[in-house]
Amino acid sequence: MLARCRHLFLITTAMALIPGAAQAFCGFYVGKADASLFNDASQVVLVRDGDRTVVTMSNDYKGELTDFALVVPVPSVITKDQIHIGDRKYIERLDAYSAPRLVEYHDPDPCAAVAFARSREAKMAAAPAAVGRDLQERASALGVTVEAKYTVGEYDILILSAKESAGLETWLRESGYRIPPKASAALAPYIRQDMKFFVAKVNLKNQKATGFSYLRPIQIAYESPKFMLPIKLGMANARGPQDLVVYALTRRGRVESTNYRTIMMPTGMDVPVFVKGEFSSFYKSVFERMHEKENSRAILTEYVWNMGWCDPCAADPLTHEELRQLGVFWLDEGTAGSAPGPRGARFGGAVPVTLTRLHVRYDASHFPEDLMFQETGDGQNFQARYVLRHAFQGSLQCPQAEPYRASLDARHQAEARTLSDLTGWQLASIHQKMGKDAPGPEQPWYKRIWR
Amino acid sequence: MRFFPAHLYARDPRLLQIFFLGSFLAAGFIGLGFQLPLWQPPLIIATALGAQWSLTRFTRAPPAGFLSPLISALGLSLLLRTDVVWIPVLTAIAAIASKFLIRVRGKHVFNPTNFGLALAMLVTPHAWCSPSQWGENGALIAWIAILGLAVSHRAFRSDVSLAFLASWLALKGGRVLYLGQKLPVLAHQFSSGSLILFAFFMISDPKTTPDSRAGRVLYAAMVAGFAFYLQHGLWKQNALIWSLFLLSPLVPLIDRIFKAPPYHWPTERTASCLPAVVTSS
Repeated sequence: MLARCRHLFLITTAMALIPGAAQAFCGFYVGKADASLFNDASQVVLVRDGDRTVVTMSNDYKGELTDFALVVPVPSVITKDQIHIGDRKYIERLDAYSAPRLVEYHDPDPCAAVAFARSREAKMAAAPAAVGRDLQERASALGVTVEAKYTVGEYDILILSAKESAGLETWLRESGYRIPPKASAALAPYIRQDMKFFVAKVNLKNQKATGFSYLRPIQIAYESPKFMLPIKLGMANARGPQDLVVYALTRRGRVESTNYRTIMMPTGMDVPVFVKGEFSSFYKSVFERMHEKENSRAILTEYVWNMGWCDPCAADPLTHEELRQLGVFWLDEGTAGSAPGPRGARFGGAVPVTLTRLHVRYDASHFPEDLMFQETGDGQNFQARYVLRHAFQGSLQCPQAEPYRASLDARHQAEARTLSDLTGWQLASIHQKMGKDAPGPEQPWYKRIWR
Repeated sequence: MRFFPAHLYARDPRLLQIFFLGSFLAAGFIGLGFQLPLWQPPLIIATALGAQWSLTRFTRAPPAGFLSPLISALGLSLLLRTDVVWIPVLTAIAAIASKFLIRVRGKHVFNPTNFGLALAMLVTPHAWCSPSQWGENGALIAWIAILGLAVSHRAFRSDVSLAFLASWLALKGGRVLYLGQKLPVLAHQFSSGSLILFAFFMISDPKTTPDSRAGRVLYAAMVAGFAFYLQHGLWKQNALIWSLFLLSPLVPLIDRIFKAPPYHWPTERTASCLPAVVTSS
């Protein structure tokens, strides 16, 4: 019977539902204005194979372009060829493909089972940023070396190295930036590790020429044994916890953190059908509850899947061209096998690319260190998926109808309890929202004895 | 009624070790949310005990009981992660076989759990360790438990564990100070269940550490130093496991320099199988 049920809709949630989705990532924004320079949410794509890494940083900066700048620690001096300005539509595609999803099933007529059709739907949000000004040769007096200077796309980029953090902070301050008060302490460990700083600002003229109303993602390709994301700088100017979604694209298997507990989101539960109308707030609550349950210290895995397919598909798998744009560099090595076509290969054709979507909400007290990662050999797929089951709506006039009706009440009861466990919402308000699906009062146990 | 009669664990500290490891495995499933398939520990334990029995018969070695293979199996269950069913089996067999096959002057060279893990990770990408799976709370409980045991029982006060932890703390603490990081960073780096298992159940294995105290302290410091280099110099994952694996072959050499009689478990010469279950007195 169940086999005949088909899901009718697939609803996904994406960055749009992350509270206060604003901007940010592994670096920090150094702004000259006070307003809206706080990092609340960001998306990073980490493509990694061996020591080779391509990182794409997307943000949602909404302030004045002249006020924006970005500082990211990088393992070595980055040449102009290693920098590329990406297109945020590819990150949107990744998000849509991997977003937590709601699948919907309709009970068949218990009297005459009917198969249903299926369709799907998806949505999301994301963004980019940056700004510009010039450097001075006071730098050397402060122990700051301007290793390189480029203009790429709408960004003026500097690669800096520094001898000590106070000098770097002073240099940035003297160059006109309002540095967060904790910047020096946050910069110091990177300087001690001999890391460089990638500083990007918007070149207003070039930005105008692009014709985009937003800033495009910056992509950097480099080689380093360090598989990590520097998040400490991002905390320096953040008001509270920040959300970061990491899309890791690797050749072999799932990516997890080696220095923070990485766990899977709860998945596969049946929830009341009204959740369809408020999936965003539902998933937000599920995430928050898991985050609290893990004492605000864990990284939550939302999706792990081979890029060749999906089931159900929130969006088609990314094509080779889209993956290449995101920096997946090993697709041309002849090991690709069947490439997903423009529509994607939904039910087969594994490709040597696994996507792991990690969602972390971090703050300075619970995440004292940068995020370190490893690629495991784990090839098991995972998705954060929640299920709606609609009761049959037609008239029921057959002997099978009675047990079906009886089972519905128990099912609704269980769905309400599951929803309450997942989200922390009150059972009473859940029952209210369930409307006509609300389960009746629970029968006393003795009524079930002599039916 | 005493759950663990003193005369029993005083006779063989491995019983207490088994209790500790078993408790954490159970806690991992019940409360700590280890994402580990339920079938894996029983499979590893059964394979390890089976391998011990078969190899004892096959090599005609004097029966050494099943406590040590049980400890190895519990250690593997806590540390090994895989998505392929045959890997736990082969890892457990390799771990136990290493005790019988890789020996120098009557003493096995590798800690079985360490050997099994290292070999599995070397030969297949489908084996890995998840060093942060315990979470901070799990690690904190484990620290409290293990330090409590160390205070109350000498079996958990091994000089190797202490020398290793002191070296590791000095190196890690030195790095945190050098980088200008704050103390919570150091605390976070120590909140790892894998570190506890390594310090108290892997490097401390009296059968595979040098015979003399001076040798053991030297060895522990070398393992810590090399692991530190692997982790922060070469950015390798699972640095502790690789360090112990690569330095274990030095133990026979250290034994030649610092001579002392080899270690025997308290029950080793008398017990020919699992000690009989002792009821409380």
